Amino acid sequence: MRRLLIRNGRVVDPSQGLDQGMDVLLEDGKVARIGERIRVKAETPVLDAAKLVVAPGFIDLNAHLCEPGYEHRETIASGCRAAVAGGFTAVCCCADTKPVNDEPSVTAFILERARDAALARVYPVGAVSHGLAGTELAEIGEMVRAGAVAVGDPGPVANALLMRRALEYARSFGIPVASHAENVSLSDGGLMHEGVVSTRIGLRGMPAAAEEVVVARDLMLARLTSGRLHLRHLSTAGSLELVRAAKAEGLAVTCEVAPHHFSLTDEDLAGATYNSDWKVNPPLRSADHLEAVKQALYDGTVDAIASDHTPQHRDDKELDFSEAPSGAVGLETAVSLAVDRLVHGKVIGIGRLVRLFSIGPAQAFGLPGGTLRPGSPADVTILDLRRRVTVDPKSFRSRSRNTPFAGIKLRGAPVVTIVGGRIAWRAEG
Amino acid sequence: MPVESASELKRKDVVGIAPLEPAEIQLILDTAEELLEVARRPIKKVPVLRGATVVNLFMEPSTRTRFSFEMAEKRLSADTLNFSASTSSVSKGETLVDTARNLMAMAPDYIVIRHPNVGAPHRLAEVVPASIINAGDGINEHPTQALLDAFTMRQHFGRLEGLNVVIAGDIRHSRVARSNAFLLNKMGASLRFAAPASLLPAGVEELGAETFLRLEPALEGADVVMMLRIQRERQAAVNFPSAREYYDFFALTEERLALAAPHAVVMHPGPMNRGVEIDSAVADGARSLILDQVTNGVAIRMAILYLLAGGRGAATADS
Amino acid sequence: MTGKRAGGARRIQIMDAEEIERTIARMASEIVGSNGSDLLLVGIHTRGIPLARRLAERISSITGTEVPVGRLDITLYRDDVGPWRPAHQQPLLKETVLPVPIDDLVVFLVDDVLFTGRTIRAALGSLVDYGRPRAVRLAVLVDRGHRELPIAADVVGKVLPTTGAEDVQVHLAEVDGDDGVWVGKEPGHAG
Repeated sequence: MRRLLIRNGRVVDPSQGLDQGMDVLLEDGKVARIGERIRVKAETPVLDAAKLVVAPGFIDLNAHLCEPGYEHRETIASGCRAAVAGGFTAVCCCADTKPVNDEPSVTAFILERARDAALARVYPVGAVSHGLAGTELAEIGEMVRAGAVAVGDPGPVANALLMRRALEYARSFGIPVASHAENVSLSDGGLMHEGVVSTRIGLRGMPAAAEEVVVARDLMLARLTSGRLHLRHLSTAGSLELVRAAKAEGLAVTCEVAPHHFSLTDEDLAGATYNSDWKVNPPLRSADHLEAVKQALYDGTVDAIASDHTPQHRDDKELDFSEAPSGAVGLETAVSLAVDRLVHGKVIGIGRLVRLFSIGPAQAFGLPGGTLRPGSPADVTILDLRRRVTVDPKSFRSRSRNTPFAGIKLRGAPVVTIVGGRIAWRAEG
Repeated sequence: MPVESASELKRKDVVGIAPLEPAEIQLILDTAEELLEVARRPIKKVPVLRGATVVNLFMEPSTRTRFSFEMAEKRLSADTLNFSASTSSVSKGETLVDTARNLMAMAPDYIVIRHPNVGAPHRLAEVVPASIINAGDGINEHPTQALLDAFTMRQHFGRLEGLNVVIAGDIRHSRVARSNAFLLNKMGASLRFAAPASLLPAGVEELGAETFLRLEPALEGADVVMMLRIQRERQAAVNFPSAREYYDFFALTEERLALAAPHAVVMHPGPMNRGVEIDSAVADGARSLILDQVTNGVAIRMAILYLLAGGRGAATADS
Repeated sequence: MTGKRAGGARRIQIMDAEEIERTIARMASEIVGSNGSDLLLVGIHTRGIPLARRLAERISSITGTEVPVGRLDITLYRDDVGPWRPAHQQPLLKETVLPVPIDDLVVFLVDDVLFTGRTIRAALGSLVDYGRPRAVRLAVLVDRGHRELPIAADVVGKVLPTTGAEDVQVHLAEVDGDDGVWVGKEPGHAG
């Protein structure tokens, strides 16, 4: 019998409407009991969580773990180390591996690697299209049987018919289809958000409309097919408005936002002198879009915060801005950014923040966890809302260091990550 | 009110017009004024940059600009080294920073760089101790072109302040338009863009110009009409239909030029598409300053090289 | 070329406006006496220029013919510009105008003070790029000694021995509003 008592913490669990001082008892990999002043035998290990927030284990819906095929950027093991150090007990990993995760043997390989690492849970998101080519459906059923929890091409699916068929077909397996909403022809080679800043600094821009036209398309397809749609990394006011209206109508749609879209704008990119660590897709938008993202986090339009952790090798990021690949790592900064910019920034309360990292993502992908209801997996994330951290890429557990947040000081950080009742990571000091 | 000239440039590089102060622009123009005279001597050379090395790193095709820079460098007695995309050993994927580090092993004093990627000169300037001069970075800036354009206007009109300047053509993809916009706004000129909306950038108000979707209304009262080359190479048919259509509605013909002020002059950064954006009669006519632009280009480039010089040895005392 | 004005340092006036005029008149007749026709006077910025113009006026009143006057900026030929100066602190350029081609003329360089000789060396370097004069000669208002190069003036207004610590100041009305030559001692001035 493996037990752990988490004592004296402030338990915040939106799935049960809880926000109060309570103890949590974990036993044999499950939550056994939560209550005030749980008494245990003297030999039971105790974790004192005084002044800390005790939450259901955080789940990241969107991370690129790069293995198989791009181990120079990240491996599943290093990605899991990064995840637990960022407070995540579970990670949903994308299909853009080599070979692409479009069939069950790759899905199984990923799960095996995750088991070997024995840190965070890994839930593969399989490809929608074979080879990520956007023309034929991948073996969705087989991948689900092998352990995939959802499907989604990490890039845009230009073929609307394919997206329709994917939404229809996935219904047989009860999984959502995740969409990267971008019309590549409207993006027109854009490297950043199209607006006054892109005109000022001379970089080609991609308009907000390039994201919004596909959000509109996918919502209409979701309505047409009664499929489950999950919209990845939304970044514009228009996209979020479309989702708001769709939800009001009762459509089965969920969406996520990435931390850089509530933290940085295109002005910040302009201040970075064409440094490609600021190059992300969707791009950093103007301040009015950032405000709309915050508003959507506040009013419940957004279901989850997902890191969109995208490791890139330093040699690739050192290329000129127009040639460097997009993306930033995010597993080790997402939670601190959210606490600092959203909770201390008085946009949302701690209850909403925990929802966005736990029950929100769990429900979006139908995952176990996201709750501390007795009987659920013993995955716990413990936060210190007042802990001050400085983002130091050199200390990242991830193999890659591409982040626009280097040197930034944040208030609030995870301090203990427990997976299946075992302490997977613990902060120093 | 005319701008006071600075006594020196406040930077080691000229990567664009955007960072320059009006006083620095004035200094460059005044210095170029004196250096024009070198071209009129029997021996068109002064020794001031003797022993300095300039690397011309042209990663985009260019004959005219490179030729102009080379002439400027040689007239100041500097040594020049030419690298181009085709002749160098730069392979695809070798980072610009790596190329620059290899070049620095030869300790050049200047690198003149033309590159298809926006921001390449800016990154070089941060990484490399040589003085970086931007000869064109993607669609972003072409500062020496804007300076020679302004110099030409000032030479003709005696001032920049209050001049009505029209720039017409593919504004969105034009680094010439952008650098000119930054410079003319800093120096108090009044700027108009004339182009169909498909050739205007988003956020065009950031460039400080009044926009016109047809050429004729823009020309009223114009002192300077600058025509840009229509890019026919890159995917142009998406932005405007054909050369014929462009000529019919947006080219500078003699009839259209007559709508401008009676003393108006015509400019073009070159190379021209005769019969597409500009008629030969206009390009070669009495009101054209196009050849002056070329002459002035050498003087402007000499001025920048001169003003950026220094920092190699201990200064000897004034005699 | 003049020395700096030192507030509060001792200054002795060596020449006043009248003396300057007499000296210029004498210099003009020396120039005419030994060189006759085919003259070009070239004043070196800054005060060499008004000096050259005054000499030209005197010469033309003696000979009855106009003498062309040019202006020369030697900045680009100095031995202390370009790579040798601190980074991007080059001196401002001034204008050079030679009104006639210099081949086969007797070119008289005109300057206010002859000191180390480096300015004249630079001026010679510059002239060579304009053509091949029959001869280049030098006329200065004041020769204060301390040559660092083998340069000598052909026509001198006044020989003025000075120490290294002293400073010679020439004022000409066209530039400074008054006429005069002073010698001063500046504390700490290396000359």
